Amino acid sequence: MSNIPETGRTPRVTIRLVAIQILVFSLLLTLGGRLWYLQIRNGDEYQEKAAGNHVQQVVNPAPRGAILDARGVPLADNQTRLVVTASRTELMKMPDDGEAVLARLAEVLKMKPAEIQQRVRLCDSETPQPCWNGSPYQPIPVTDEATTEQALQIRERTEEFPGINAEPAAVRHYPAPYGANTSQVLGYLSPVTDEEIEKAKDTDSPFLSSDQIGRSGLERSYNKDLRGDAGVTRYEVDKLGRVMGRGESEQAEAGSSLITSLDSRVQAVAERELEKAMKEARKQHDDNTGRNYEADAGAVVVMESKTGRVVSMASNPEYDPNAWVGGISAKDYKRLTGAGSNFPLINRAIQGLSAPGSVFKVVSTAAALKAGHDFNDTFDCSPSYTIGGQEFKNYESKGYGSINLGRALEVSCDTVFYRLAHKEWLKDGGTKPKKDPADWFYKTARDFGLGEKTGIDVPNEVSGRIPGRQWKKDYWEANKDQWCKVKDAKTYAEKIAKENCVSGMKMRAGDSVNYSIGQGDTLVTPVQMATIYAAISNGGTLYDPTVGKAVVNAAGTKVDEIEPKAHGKLPIGKSELKEMDKALEGVATRGTAAWRFGGWPQDKIPMHAKTGTAEVAGKQTTSWFTTYTEDYTVVMTISQGGTGSGASGPAVRNIYNELYGVDEKGGIDEKRALLPKPESALPKVSSDGQVQAERDKAFLKRLKKDDGGSVSDPAEGDSPADTGGTGATGETGVPGQSVEPGAEGEPGAQTVADGQTAATDGAGGQGGGTGGDGASTAGTNAARTESRGRSGTPAQVDDGGAE
Amino acid sequence: MSTHSYPLGGYGPQRRSAWSKITTRGSVAWRLDWLLLLAATALSCLGGVLIYSATRNRTEINQGDPYYFLYRHAFSFAVGLVLMAVTVWLGHRRLRGAVPVLYGLSLLLTLLVLTPLGATINGQRAWIQLGAGFSLQPAELTKISVILGMAMLLAARVDAGDREYPDHRTVLQALAMAAAPIAVILMMPDLGSVMVLVLIVLGVLLASGASNRWVVGLVTAGAGGAVLVWALGVLDEYQINRFAAFANPALDPSGVGYNTNQARIAIGSGGLTGKGLFEGTQTTGQFVPEQQTDFIFSVAGEELGFVGGGLIIALMGVVLWRACRIARETTELYGTIVASGVIAWLAFQTFENIGMTLGIMPVAGLPLPFVSFGGTSMFATWIAIGLLQSIKVQRPVSA
Repeated sequence: MSNIPETGRTPRVTIRLVAIQILVFSLLLTLGGRLWYLQIRNGDEYQEKAAGNHVQQVVNPAPRGAILDARGVPLADNQTRLVVTASRTELMKMPDDGEAVLARLAEVLKMKPAEIQQRVRLCDSETPQPCWNGSPYQPIPVTDEATTEQALQIRERTEEFPGINAEPAAVRHYPAPYGANTSQVLGYLSPVTDEEIEKAKDTDSPFLSSDQIGRSGLERSYNKDLRGDAGVTRYEVDKLGRVMGRGESEQAEAGSSLITSLDSRVQAVAERELEKAMKEARKQHDDNTGRNYEADAGAVVVMESKTGRVVSMASNPEYDPNAWVGGISAKDYKRLTGAGSNFPLINRAIQGLSAPGSVFKVVSTAAALKAGHDFNDTFDCSPSYTIGGQEFKNYESKGYGSINLGRALEVSCDTVFYRLAHKEWLKDGGTKPKKDPADWFYKTARDFGLGEKTGIDVPNEVSGRIPGRQWKKDYWEANKDQWCKVKDAKTYAEKIAKENCVSGMKMRAGDSVNYSIGQGDTLVTPVQMATIYAAISNGGTLYDPTVGKAVVNAAGTKVDEIEPKAHGKLPIGKSELKEMDKALEGVATRGTAAWRFGGWPQDKIPMHAKTGTAEVAGKQTTSWFTTYTEDYTVVMTISQGGTGSGASGPAVRNIYNELYGVDEKGGIDEKRALLPKPESALPKVSSDGQVQAERDKAFLKRLKKDDGGSVSDPAEGDSPADTGGTGATGETGVPGQSVEPGAEGEPGAQTVADGQTAATDGAGGQGGGTGGDGASTAGTNAARTESRGRSGTPAQVDDGGAE
Repeated sequence: MSTHSYPLGGYGPQRRSAWSKITTRGSVAWRLDWLLLLAATALSCLGGVLIYSATRNRTEINQGDPYYFLYRHAFSFAVGLVLMAVTVWLGHRRLRGAVPVLYGLSLLLTLLVLTPLGATINGQRAWIQLGAGFSLQPAELTKISVILGMAMLLAARVDAGDREYPDHRTVLQALAMAAAPIAVILMMPDLGSVMVLVLIVLGVLLASGASNRWVVGLVTAGAGGAVLVWALGVLDEYQINRFAAFANPALDPSGVGYNTNQARIAIGSGGLTGKGLFEGTQTTGQFVPEQQTDFIFSVAGEELGFVGGGLIIALMGVVLWRACRIARETTELYGTIVASGVIAWLAFQTFENIGMTLGIMPVAGLPLPFVSFGGTSMFATWIAIGLLQSIKVQRPVSA
């Protein structure tokens, strides 16, 4: 009994079986289609992702190039130190934001917990220094002065110190040869900020988050040369960060070294003499104010007259630039920038402004010549000069009778210049100026380069001020409300204000005569005056002062010399310049500076000088001393220091004594001379990029004798304090490579971990060091892992079998 | 047959006659579906290569032996071949009588998983540890017992010629039979296996010729049940994440989203011909978790590219094509139902497994038949091949 067909199948089942088959094959086709979509259509996108996945980049920071003096002695180099860092990202993962860890760390490092807390907090508008203004993802250095013992403690107790790392790293070091800090000229480094990274992202020199960049001084202006190019080692890693192989890698290219024209010995002398002169000035009584001179700041510039190269530049107060290394402490920061600090970060040689006083008279002399006077025309040097009932006196009301311009310079006769300036002022229309006044005195000052930056290769130079007619108007506009508030003028200041309210918009007779002797509203910097006096010495060329002399690449194969550039010519004819030169020699031999150059071998080394004592309202006088020989120009100034020759004279004389080897009696000992001729040759760069330089032992000995042994120089003795070569392991005593294997570490598997020193291959053998006592920067750099992959990947530390 | 024996053996007439018994025209070996066998064997061998590639440097799981997983896979494969042979030898008809016992045994094993004997892996209590590194996943065997049990019930009266289609009562009995192990497996919870079992039930019902109402009703009930499960919060959080993350890996970036994302990167980066065997960076870098089991397809996709991935799909296509042929050509309903159950099982499990590595299906812990590492799955699928072969071999030849 069956209606079942022969095939044993009803139509319903057959149809359903066909349906099943169609369904099954459409499923398989779907898979095939999706596979095609992923692999063929979007394959490129996934290939990129796969590459990003398994490649970890270890950044080998380029060793920063050294800054060397003209003989190759390092002023800034790198030193291997044990740096303890804290990873903010790790700390912030903890419930107490890592407070407990930092407290334990403070105990080990013998620091205050609060101090460490401050160092790892991020800078913002409300957070004062110390704080971290670098990238928050970068390990933050807590100290770079950890002892081997401390570092070992931190490493051995990794479970107690999550996110904390201690390892040798190359840090910037300012060795201060012969005790010369050269602080403001060298500048300092600080970590790159996120904004800077973002800004430089698409340029040809992007920043790494581990980068330090020069914030001032040469470190800043030559940052691009010094920093070099960081290398990247690309490791193929597995999910756990274990190294599977090496990818395409770029070696770190050590930064170029900067050879400067500075001579660290002369720098040491200049710094010491400036300090000494200021100390001495503070012992002197100021009769005008009835108290001792404050001598709150000062500067010295020693310049090569014929090139504008800076041999020495000192600014007082100064500081130890090493304070910035490894993050500045709260105390140091306050000391450097606080209200009572007197701002030692300011480079007074290029940023210090004051009225020039009589050293300005070379400008006024040139202006008089420009106005049509002859150098040998005579003028009455009366004790005083009266304009409209107001008496303008000579210094100590001395009179010299009828003298020519040269003699007026020699004796620094004010009334001669009053007369000249007043005459020109009248010629230009007086209080009702002509439509197009000649303004010789102001124009000449501008032609001398005043009121403009000299263009020195140290950043943040200021331009000073030459108060022209327009400036007077603008200044009056800006201040008239203040001035005109005064109703009943009683004090001197109030009287001045009232007067200014009425006539301050105009160039008054008093303004112009004051101006002619470098008083009034004129402001100049020491380096501007050095440029001018160097130009008088060299026949009229106004050079852009330069500190950098050559940039030498790390391998020593490429030397880019920095040629001196000029920014103008003095507006004086050759013969007139000669007359002026003779007059300035007269200042040194029989004029205002003569008493400071007694016994000077003038026949062998002709000395030229000009003194200046600038009056400043409400303050003590500024001491100016500008001098030059055939080869050097030395300009010194001391704020609230007294008279030009009085306060600055001995210091300048001593600098010359050291330069030329002159003793007090005028004898010349060539062996003692530090630099009888400017250093024209570059220090020898050997084929491996090392610059050979030896300390001047005789000079060091002399310094020590003078000081009773207080000069600290790392070159003292034969054991250099700087670690040399690739001494990451040897010098510090902590094995650079063998970190405790991580818990998950597999035997034989190499692991790249954040901040771990990844072999020295990146920068190994690059040189860039400075030889001798300088730390060779090769191989001391700590490598950093920058994971491009998943951030959740646990970074392991492993001994990696590197040994 | 001669009782005479030849001392050297091998070429003796007894041997020859035994050999000829299975090789002569019309014999068992002659009637086997060799294409099906070849395709399944190719998949298993390819699986071995891929497993080796995925595990040779996973030192944390391969006990330091790069061949650890390959050996085990080969062993499972060999056992699978034997199980297939035994199944063919026994014949699906002879098994029909033993179905109640098999069903009972598998249900018992499944229940054992829920006792302290069961082991939990990846949040699923789905294994029974046998010691020496072996474990049993009863859910795999349940698939067979459900197919056989339902087929037995549904085909009984039809094959006897009593009825044209199974009646409602029989269908209800069959569904109840399937429901018991499904309920147990849902408690593990092994959602992947539950999904496969539901699809098997659907395939079986379709092939049995049961009323359309049952088929539609089951699909509706399945959808409704899924909504209910979702709405009632029966599922754990991780299961919901797992489910949703296939479409949007960002939902669960460190969990299942990570897996699918990495698998997709592995496959996508393979391109047309792949990065070369053992050259896959995702594979050697061990970025894809569970790569030797659930995500084995990503190894093929990365290292062998579209060509290799396509080959696996094509081989599976051959297996399913032959299975469909067998289902269609057999004259008895029992065989048709069993074959259809196997088709539904292999087809859906393949689609789900490859689909999840390709990011078009939610992630569920299911092995790729023949290819993935996993003993029980290997045994079960080869028994399934044995069943298919048996249906083909024992097809009643029409006079």
